Amino acid sequence: MRISPARIWRERGARYRLEAVRCRKCGHVYYPPKKVCPACRSREMEKVVLPPKGKLLAWSIEYTVPEGYRKYAPIVLGLVELQGGVRVLAPIVDVRPEELRKGMMVEAVLRRVYEDGDEGVIVYGIKFVPAEQD
Amino acid sequence: MRKVFVVGVGLTKIGRHFDKDLRSLFAEAALHAIDDAGGVKPQAVVVGNMLSSSLYQQDNLGALLADYIGLRGVAAFKVEAACGSGGFAVATGYSLVASRLYDVVLVGGVEKMCDYPTATVAAALAQAADAEYEVVYGASFPALNALAMKLYMETYGVSREEMAEWPVRMHEYASQNPYAQLRFRITLEDVLKAPMVAEPITLLDSAPIGDGAATLVLASEEVARKLSDTPVEIAGVGMGSDSVDTTTRFDLLDPLSVRLAAEEAYRRAKVEPKDIDLVEVHDAFTITGILSLEGLGFAKRGEAAKLVAEGAFAKGDKPEANLSGGLKARGHPVGATGIYQVAEITMQLRGEFPGVKASSPEVGLAQTTGGVLASTSVIILRR
Repeated sequence: MRISPARIWRERGARYRLEAVRCRKCGHVYYPPKKVCPACRSREMEKVVLPPKGKLLAWSIEYTVPEGYRKYAPIVLGLVELQGGVRVLAPIVDVRPEELRKGMMVEAVLRRVYEDGDEGVIVYGIKFVPAEQD
Repeated sequence: MRKVFVVGVGLTKIGRHFDKDLRSLFAEAALHAIDDAGGVKPQAVVVGNMLSSSLYQQDNLGALLADYIGLRGVAAFKVEAACGSGGFAVATGYSLVASRLYDVVLVGGVEKMCDYPTATVAAALAQAADAEYEVVYGASFPALNALAMKLYMETYGVSREEMAEWPVRMHEYASQNPYAQLRFRITLEDVLKAPMVAEPITLLDSAPIGDGAATLVLASEEVARKLSDTPVEIAGVGMGSDSVDTTTRFDLLDPLSVRLAAEEAYRRAKVEPKDIDLVEVHDAFTITGILSLEGLGFAKRGEAAKLVAEGAFAKGDKPEANLSGGLKARGHPVGATGIYQVAEITMQLRGEFPGVKASSPEVGLAQTTGGVLASTSVIILRR
């Protein structure tokens, strides 16, 4: 995947701070954000920052990884339900696969996710690590 | 809207065609379909393809391929909806004829996937998912489907063994289909012990990477009656979509795009699920096929996998599903797959399918989808 600095910069809110949008009409929250609410078609969407903690709903250990991700393999791809109910898809790191449990608490951290070759841009983003129960 | 008929089909065997490039593979299927339609000259070419841009450095496929097969000058373009491209190309070709814009349209799907290593192809296929929110994290397409498979098995109490019945059956069918890529039988144990791609999805839960091309010639009733006494009619077309990301879905196990596309197609064809004799569903992974059977209304939510494990949807049941071997074993040259399905059902309705024959086919249904059930088309065909 080719990555440009402008592209990373544009995505900084969602990718570094878990910025989502909430529909002012029906209250649905979307991450990835939507311009118009898919539930009620309202255009009144406001930016909200999601809480970093949540529980692990499901995960897959990905052995065959796309080109450029070999150094991260196997990737533990997790589906996390944040406090408040919004779901986020991201890798689960700093944990051995056999220690993963459904419902375990995890917390978002900022990590390196991709390098565009040896001299290209480094992409950072959200990954989840095990966290203490609140 | 006027009636539209399939008057010609042409297929290549799916496999590693190292000796054929994109255009020659396309031409092989297209010329066969034109010959099958009595040599009629199409007035437009609609191409179903996903990966030419990412893996073949080639855009502008419509004009390129039309010119290569002697149709310089005709309307020609590509339709893309990831792995569902082929079905949407059929729907587009159908609408060109139904709307009276053209009388004869060639709909061809082609995909070259075998020239590069698996990781390169995996990266290209992952483009079916959300680039900024999923793919950037290294999420592969199998891994996204693996999450759905895990949730399905947990939610409905389905065992790994029950989920393995489908690929075993697909390989059995494909072993008798001369166009299929994987013409060998496998056992339940083979599925469970196959290399893990994205746990719990093994290599034998996954459609293979393959090159292939499939073509249809569609025509108006007037043209069709001149060419054949028994043309197959496209009785109804339906399309639907869902979020490309899986996280914002209102219900993770509701195959919304399949459901909406199916409802539309059934309504237009004036049939119900119980009227369908044979079906080709989009089983890129076992879980995709299972969720598709539910979305199409052949099983209630959470019941398709168990029904399959008990023998439902096999040869002799109604509907009979994926007698071709499905994406799983017939193969999945992604943008061509939807066209393979419609061609196979057409051949079944004509009584000419060279593999496992449907028992008494009158009405058939083809369903293809792009992404994790994000873009779906349903085509209903009638004898």
